[in-house]
Amino acid sequence: MNFSESFFAARFGIETRDLQHYLSEALSQGGDYADLYFEYLATSSISIDEGIVKSATQGVSLGVGIRVISGERTGYAYSDDLDPDKIRKAARVAACIASGPAKVESTGLHEGVRRNLYPVLTAPTETGLHERVELVKRADRAARAYDSRIFQVNAMYADSLRHVLVATSEGVLNYDRQPLARMNVSVLARQRDGRPQSGYDGGGGRVELTYFDTHTPEQFAREAARQAIVQLDAVEAPAGEMTVVLGPGWPGVMLHEAVGHGLEADFNRKKTSAFSDRIGELVASPLCTVVDDGTIDSRRGSLNVDDEGNPTQRNVLIENGVLRGYLQDQLSSRIMGASPTGSGRRESYEHIPMPRMTNTFMLAGESDPEDIIRSVPKGLYCVNFGGGQVDITSGNFVFSASESYLIEDGKITRPVRNATLIGNGPEALRHVSMVGHDLKLDQGVGMCGKEGQSVPVGVGIPTVRIDKMTVGGTA
Amino acid sequence: MNLLDIATEAVEKAVRRGATGAECTLAEGDEFEASVRMSEVETLKEAGSRSAGIRILIGQRVGSSYTSDLSPDGIAQMLDAAFQIAEITTEDPFAGLPDPGDLGKLDGDLQLYSTDIDELSTSQKIELARRTEAAALNYDPRITNSKGASFDTYTGRRVFANSLGFAGEYRSSYCSLSVMPVAKEGALMERDYWHSSSRRLSGLDQPEEVGRIAAERVIRRLGAQKVPTQKVPVIFEPRTARSLLGHVFEAVHGSAIYRGASFLAGKLGEKIAAASVNVIDDGTLPGLMGTSPFDDEGVPSRRTVVIENGVLKSYMLNSYTARKLGLRTTGNASRGVTGNAGISTGNFYLEKGTQSQDELIRGVKNGFFVTELIGQGVNTVTGDYSRGAAGVWIRDGELAFPVSEVTIASTLQEMLAGIAGIGSDLCFRNSMESPTLMIGEMTVGGR
Repeated sequence: MNFSESFFAARFGIETRDLQHYLSEALSQGGDYADLYFEYLATSSISIDEGIVKSATQGVSLGVGIRVISGERTGYAYSDDLDPDKIRKAARVAACIASGPAKVESTGLHEGVRRNLYPVLTAPTETGLHERVELVKRADRAARAYDSRIFQVNAMYADSLRHVLVATSEGVLNYDRQPLARMNVSVLARQRDGRPQSGYDGGGGRVELTYFDTHTPEQFAREAARQAIVQLDAVEAPAGEMTVVLGPGWPGVMLHEAVGHGLEADFNRKKTSAFSDRIGELVASPLCTVVDDGTIDSRRGSLNVDDEGNPTQRNVLIENGVLRGYLQDQLSSRIMGASPTGSGRRESYEHIPMPRMTNTFMLAGESDPEDIIRSVPKGLYCVNFGGGQVDITSGNFVFSASESYLIEDGKITRPVRNATLIGNGPEALRHVSMVGHDLKLDQGVGMCGKEGQSVPVGVGIPTVRIDKMTVGGTA
Repeated sequence: MNLLDIATEAVEKAVRRGATGAECTLAEGDEFEASVRMSEVETLKEAGSRSAGIRILIGQRVGSSYTSDLSPDGIAQMLDAAFQIAEITTEDPFAGLPDPGDLGKLDGDLQLYSTDIDELSTSQKIELARRTEAAALNYDPRITNSKGASFDTYTGRRVFANSLGFAGEYRSSYCSLSVMPVAKEGALMERDYWHSSSRRLSGLDQPEEVGRIAAERVIRRLGAQKVPTQKVPVIFEPRTARSLLGHVFEAVHGSAIYRGASFLAGKLGEKIAAASVNVIDDGTLPGLMGTSPFDDEGVPSRRTVVIENGVLKSYMLNSYTARKLGLRTTGNASRGVTGNAGISTGNFYLEKGTQSQDELIRGVKNGFFVTELIGQGVNTVTGDYSRGAAGVWIRDGELAFPVSEVTIASTLQEMLAGIAGIGSDLCFRNSMESPTLMIGEMTVGGR
């Protein structure tokens, strides 16, 4: 496919010379760099509650964001109308950041090398609504059938299809079609008149609807129900420093908070991260290698190109414990004199791109997961988490365990109630003493928020033993 | 065509096409942001956007859709999409629009919109941000860096019409000044922030005041320690206490109540908090962030007593959850532009007490004064509470030394019952507010 057959050219008649005009307008007051980000987003969502499909929505939004960079300054404007006059007006508003005559000659636009990490012929958003509504109905039935103590089921299915087009004053012209689908199931369980407990599971990716033939609503429903039933017997979580074992998969959210955010280049360029100026230093146990990889087929966090037109790649953040690199966007890489890493992302055309993660995970080690559990005389085994948060500057981060168990004498014993775990980014991974061979990525439901912008991401981790971490229970 | 006409016409078209009920929301807004970092302009952003959403009923089935294209074609496609959706939803005996008798608007000027926000030039806006940051940077030599200061404004218009004949619109404005300085001592860095926001420019605090408070806060954090694990009294300053009000709101949220997904479900009329606790939701207070003439279903905003002398008096409801529970809507319906209405607060607050913050601190021999909370470790189904915290340790009634990298844990049930002191320092900065709050005992998780 070439540009003339691409979505925005075919549907809105946009030609490369239009793009060049807009870029020239954006740079008419000077500036070092300008880019255009066209976005067309179609979404649908369907949810079931109390066995009734009470809510479903579909819709479209469309617009273009225009950015001008002058030194460390950014001018930004957007339009939700692709009328050429409206786009030129937005370009002039963005141009106000720069002052003086035009310096940059916009070169010709060249299409980037194309690849497809998500070769989805028919995006879920393009399929019939009747097929999709069945998914939530099946989840509802399966969760209720799992155990008579399940008394509420809420299942949600959501998909989107995003078409993007990026053109820059450096001649980059790239476009992409980005499908995304997920479903999740939340349940409540209750033992007679006892207090209710909740369970949650879900999955998805940049996939066709057939993905849910093998990752079935029934599996998500049963897993959510299992978690809620387990919690019925949970005891108070312990409080204070102890050995923590993280199970494989979603607990990788710890890496996202502990090191991922702190390695985003904007914070490091401004020297406001606890990891600033520490490239080459040992910040983790030599057992730890952490990567951010936007190129894994069909994953929720993957992209063919980032939202600045650069191809995504596999970035090594920490290698055998040593801090190796930052996640760059266009602005930070220009200022720091570094190469882009394909990490420039934004929530929509209304937002300025920032360095962001894609799929962040720790590589597998050599330990047997069962040996890791057996090695702990007293500690906590955390299998599932809710979200987390980090204070980039001090490096303190938290993540909340939604399913965890006491380890006593090397054995998993009782489930404990929800508790938050807290640590310090550059310190926490130094206490990693065993890394399992069972690397697992999460199932594809993660969202990451930064400065008011949400983007889909993935995480992953093998079973890991951390000798010292503070657990926020009450016992 | 003006927005109100677009909305009423979309509703009429839906009804002509066979919808038994319809409601249409339109929103337009203009945003501006000027940010400054280390005295240099960092970002200027300016743009406007519009969106429309419709929700239709066909008997007891609903369908919703939205678009950013408000042209006749765009609205027609939005209607098509909503009718398609209504084919796949299930009959819900409780689906509907509000009772016609509940519809209406508050009269009078609620002071939600001020033109003074548009009177500043871009360079004046930049100057406000620059002054705010300068005040923080100049406060103490240990403040060597900054995550920047920004001056943001937003002006918008919201339009709502339904097939019961309601049609209303209102404008609103917002401006805010914020700054996040970074202080360094040895190899350790800390950041903190402060902001001032208002519906009118003249309601903002002085930039120098905002900058100074942010600076005092970040300096106070330097040299933070981790304390041993222990059970102690905990005092939440207003900035962190308001998050507890957020959990109370989630727990009295109509959807959580009818689903049994709240520790407060079924507790109307029961004592759930200390007798000194009074929680009010009031969407009628002029000029405040949570005020509006009508909610997102066309029901007038009102004042609702949620907790009175520790007794749970009301849930927060929209028309759907009210019907489910056999109650009347509290006028708290909320949505973007589409979908079934959710629920949000008006101005949701804890009534002030009589003691100053200093008096509350003086009454504590050994305890924790919490100035920041991070993470989401709160479960309003069970009431389990466990969050990351930073603040200052209290020793013999004095703020003694900064603390970080600890957790605080309890249950919301015990925390509400254990409220042992309420400050007199209630101040309406956001739509959810609390004065300083003391809880008799929580577990601090540390060393």
